[in-house]
Amino acid sequence: MRFLSRRRRHPLAGFVVLLLGLVVAGGLYSTLAPRSAGADTADARQVETGRQLFLVGCAGCHGKNAAGILAAKGGNYGPSLVGVGAAAVDFQVGTGRMPLANSSQQAPRKPPAYTAEETAALSAYVASLAPGPAIPDTEYTDPSDEADVTNGGEFFRTNCTACHNSVGAGGALPGGRYAPPLDDVSGKYIYEAMITGPQQMPVFADSVITPEDKRDIIAYIESVSEEPRYGGLAGGGLGPVSEGLFSWIIGIGGLVVAAIWIGAHGARVKKQT
Amino acid sequence: MSSELPVQRPRNDIEPAEPLDNPGLPEHLPRPTDVDPAMERRAERQISAFFGLATLLTLVFCVAYFVVPKDATFLGWSALNFSLGASLGLALLAIGIGAIQWAKKLMDDHEVIEMRHPVASSEEDRAATLGMLNDGIKESGFGRRPMIRNSLLGALGVLGLPAVVLLGDLGPLPGRTQFSTVWTKGMRVVTDVSGLPIKAADLEVGELVNAEPAILFETDEEGERVLEGTEALQAKSKAAVIVVRIRPEDITAPAGRENWGVDGILCYSKICTHVGCPISLYEQQTHHVLCPCHQSTFDLSDGGSVIFGPGKRPLPQLPLSVDEEGYLIATSDFTEPVGPSFPEIEQES
Amino acid sequence: MSDTKTPTHTPVEQTKFGKRAGGPVKWLDERVGAAGVARGLIRKVFPDHWSFMLGEIALYSFIVLLLSGTFLTFWFQPSMQEITYTGSYTPLYGLEMSQAYASTLDISFDIRGGLLMRQIHHWSAMLFIAAMYVHMLRVFFTGAFRKPRELNWVIGVLLMVLGLIEGFAGYSLPDDLLSGTGLRFVDGLIRSIPIVGSYLEYFVFGGEFPGNEIIPRLYMVHILLVPALLLGLIAAHMLLLVYHKHTQWPGPGRTEKNVVGYPVLPVYAAKAGGFFFVVFGFTALMGAVLQINPIWAYGPYNPSEVTAGSQPDWYMGFVEGAVRLMPNWEFTTLGWTFSLNVFIPAVLLLGAFFTAIGAYPFIERWVTKDDREHHLLQRPRNAPVRTALGVAAMTFYGVLWIGGGNDIIATQFRLDIYAITWFCRVMVFVGPVIAFIITKRICLGLQRADKEQVLHGYESGVIERSPDGGYSERHTPLSEVGQYELTTHERVEVAAPPPAADDRGVRVPGARKARRHAFVSKFYYGDVVDKPSRDDVDEARHHAGHDGHELEADEEFRGVGETGVPRSH
Repeated sequence: MRFLSRRRRHPLAGFVVLLLGLVVAGGLYSTLAPRSAGADTADARQVETGRQLFLVGCAGCHGKNAAGILAAKGGNYGPSLVGVGAAAVDFQVGTGRMPLANSSQQAPRKPPAYTAEETAALSAYVASLAPGPAIPDTEYTDPSDEADVTNGGEFFRTNCTACHNSVGAGGALPGGRYAPPLDDVSGKYIYEAMITGPQQMPVFADSVITPEDKRDIIAYIESVSEEPRYGGLAGGGLGPVSEGLFSWIIGIGGLVVAAIWIGAHGARVKKQT
Repeated sequence: MSSELPVQRPRNDIEPAEPLDNPGLPEHLPRPTDVDPAMERRAERQISAFFGLATLLTLVFCVAYFVVPKDATFLGWSALNFSLGASLGLALLAIGIGAIQWAKKLMDDHEVIEMRHPVASSEEDRAATLGMLNDGIKESGFGRRPMIRNSLLGALGVLGLPAVVLLGDLGPLPGRTQFSTVWTKGMRVVTDVSGLPIKAADLEVGELVNAEPAILFETDEEGERVLEGTEALQAKSKAAVIVVRIRPEDITAPAGRENWGVDGILCYSKICTHVGCPISLYEQQTHHVLCPCHQSTFDLSDGGSVIFGPGKRPLPQLPLSVDEEGYLIATSDFTEPVGPSFPEIEQES
Repeated sequence: MSDTKTPTHTPVEQTKFGKRAGGPVKWLDERVGAAGVARGLIRKVFPDHWSFMLGEIALYSFIVLLLSGTFLTFWFQPSMQEITYTGSYTPLYGLEMSQAYASTLDISFDIRGGLLMRQIHHWSAMLFIAAMYVHMLRVFFTGAFRKPRELNWVIGVLLMVLGLIEGFAGYSLPDDLLSGTGLRFVDGLIRSIPIVGSYLEYFVFGGEFPGNEIIPRLYMVHILLVPALLLGLIAAHMLLLVYHKHTQWPGPGRTEKNVVGYPVLPVYAAKAGGFFFVVFGFTALMGAVLQINPIWAYGPYNPSEVTAGSQPDWYMGFVEGAVRLMPNWEFTTLGWTFSLNVFIPAVLLLGAFFTAIGAYPFIERWVTKDDREHHLLQRPRNAPVRTALGVAAMTFYGVLWIGGGNDIIATQFRLDIYAITWFCRVMVFVGPVIAFIITKRICLGLQRADKEQVLHGYESGVIERSPDGGYSERHTPLSEVGQYELTTHERVEVAAPPPAADDRGVRVPGARKARRHAFVSKFYYGDVVDKPSRDDVDEARHHAGHDGHELEADEEFRGVGETGVPRSH
């Protein structure tokens, strides 16, 4: 300690203490604060990345500020995305519906054009514009053992089958629009579709169908799509129409072939023995 | 006058009518199995092999019944269903194919001629029958005693009545039951399945709620459902509703219904006015709701009017309000009958 | 037979078995006279043709239905009592449902072979009605409904109607979401009946829809009432068939006066019996590998639930289509509401369709005024207007069918459902007319081709070059049998319209009626291509023999056969 006490009146002592204080403060700062500071910058960076992607890929229809572009005849060229939330972007971009390949009755599901990170960036950007439904927690989108499949079935049949069919095979809507099939749709997207109401689909908000009920619905859809087709080939889940086709083509077709075989006169021998 | 009309030549004046004489049955030709003993033996072996196979497959069926577990799968199908069906089906097919092959290959195949006889009875038969019938009528006095005959016919005729009258208790008379539902003033609108009350403020534009009257989820003091089983189903089949929220500026409310909604929240019967399927194929952008059964389409932003399909009457609307806690309630029952039309639907009580 | 090793035949009464069975058989015969009955049947002749076996498919499907249906009744509970499901299908475990639905789940998942029997039952029901239709089409297009078989035709139409009712009742029994939706439709249909609709509805359902009664009542209809009627009518159908003897195709040796074919014992018994096993086996295989009506996927019936693609089974599809295509006509007069949008397509159309089919033999009889018995069949081309009417009716049915599946077609082919509906609304009227015109033209063309073949033979495939360089194809005359087969149809007679008044200007009584008849007669037969006369045939033969020279082609090549296959040694 003598070393320090001897030099405490050294002209440079003040600088040293100052330096020390700066180092300690900096060190403390760098160990305590940087995490949040880094996240902020990362988030900001993600939003910025999203904005850049948006300007390139989406702004053409949705406008530079995502406020939508009004068409000359009224209606939207591309709707405003302010307040649609991250869930809507994640659903639309993650299932490949956006960006639109061409204007048609309805955006079809197709391979996504953006990577997962890019989609996350776009979601972050749109979410930063105004509050909206967030990407759901995996607790509700990955059916666990707690999920009540029977309850989910009841909700599914009451709210979903009218458009999407009992086995999720999809159904027709007016004007060439359709409710898409639900097979191979991940739980996350099913959840996001319910809370954001993409295209013609109505919204089923968490206040009406609770997250637990949504989890049950997802569990039911998964259990039904994974269960065996007990009776054999199911004809695409189209019900009596495909069954009718089977009975005519396979059933009557096959039996008429059998009748022709029974009625056919086989080979004959010309020469009498 | 007759010369004006085109006269077709009857064509059966051609003599002889037939251009060719019937050449008669062609000569019978034998089959290979008739002339070649080796082929005959082969056919014999083949046919008995089919029958043997059928026996074997039937035994497979019996074994499968006991051996294959009920929950096992095969190709994603029920293994039990497949093994039972395939073994039974193939066994039956083998028996059938064997029998038919036997007939085709080995049984005598000379065609046989059988003569037809007139379908009608002969003149003698007719005369004899008529004679006997007359004898019977004469002996009974059926013709001579009209009083007995007519009173008997009358009695037999009236006997039809009890058969019809007895059906009277097949069902109750409709009365006015078709005109009302379980909705009453102040009853909460609750979500279907879970029975949660709906807070008006929570609903978003574009939202659809499949809803029911709260009474379907109410219980009495002993914890029993107020409406249960068949009663509940009957109530549901008239009272089920859909609640939607539409931007108020998009709504054209019919006269007198301006205050039936709450900030663009409208409630309509879920039962199609065509033949009664529940409709909830709701398109949130067009506000159209489509019936999946026969495609009647209703515009919910325009008082539920019909825009396509075989349905005639608009969807009945349920007048809504909110209670002091902010939950949606009905302000009365439907003001018109819900569901498919019936003959008395326009009759005032 | 030529084989010496084949054991010689011992009369059955001298075999060991025959000696043992002789006693009981004699006992039976002394009590029921069995030999006398069997004598008429044992060697009865049936002509052999594949198209004569279509009705058999229906008959055998019916037997399969009785067998599999009996099995299902052992477990099925026709009750609408609500219970809690505790069976082994987990996605529905603990759900409230009717006993009918729960017991159908039990049959599908807890009874071994139950699912198979359910699927066999449903597939054979579909085949039963489909086979009735193809059988009916065969009878129609070949004129087999003509005297003396009109009554059997009517019985057949009744069987068809009963089959539809039976099928619909069965479809409604499991009380799943689809069958309940179907019942909801029936409820709306009954309500639409003018004036008495509401009362009928409450009587049928025992009160308000869905009530407690409809499934038990339909169960009785499905397993007792309609099957008994079906059995009785099938028996009558078969008895008349045996009494009339089967129709046959005209041909060498086959006339109006005989039947040529194989006797019941042994050939026909083996073929028909074998075919029963084929039909049963085929249905069982369908039950093994093709899923039908997976009621567990639809869930129990609930009046506030529905599924996209709610369809009836195929045989009700045309009614469904008519209901979908119908414009929304509904009016109220004197306080009564008439729902024509439901009543016309669902009730009237169904009635009118089958009445028209049932009445057809009598309509044609009125046109032809033909009172003779007909046991020889007609080729469809030789009755062009009838054939065209039949195809027009099929087109009508087909358009309604498309209309009934418009939602499935819309999703599968990415079409607009309204556009399909509008297309069908137009085509249901235009389509049959187009089909009629095209079919009639094809028939007349085929008739001309037949006549051409009889007179000038068929194209041999041998091209000849004349000295001046022209090419022509040599025609080979038909064999006499071939010529005969193309000329067996009857010449038709077109009724000539009578004069409206006689020479002195007095109106002929009934002239208007006769003229109407003449008009219809001309519509039916005015364009028919007449077959050649004997003189025509003789002259053509003479002509061909005269300048025809032997074909000097390669020995191996003999031109082509009637079917176009090259002939060689």
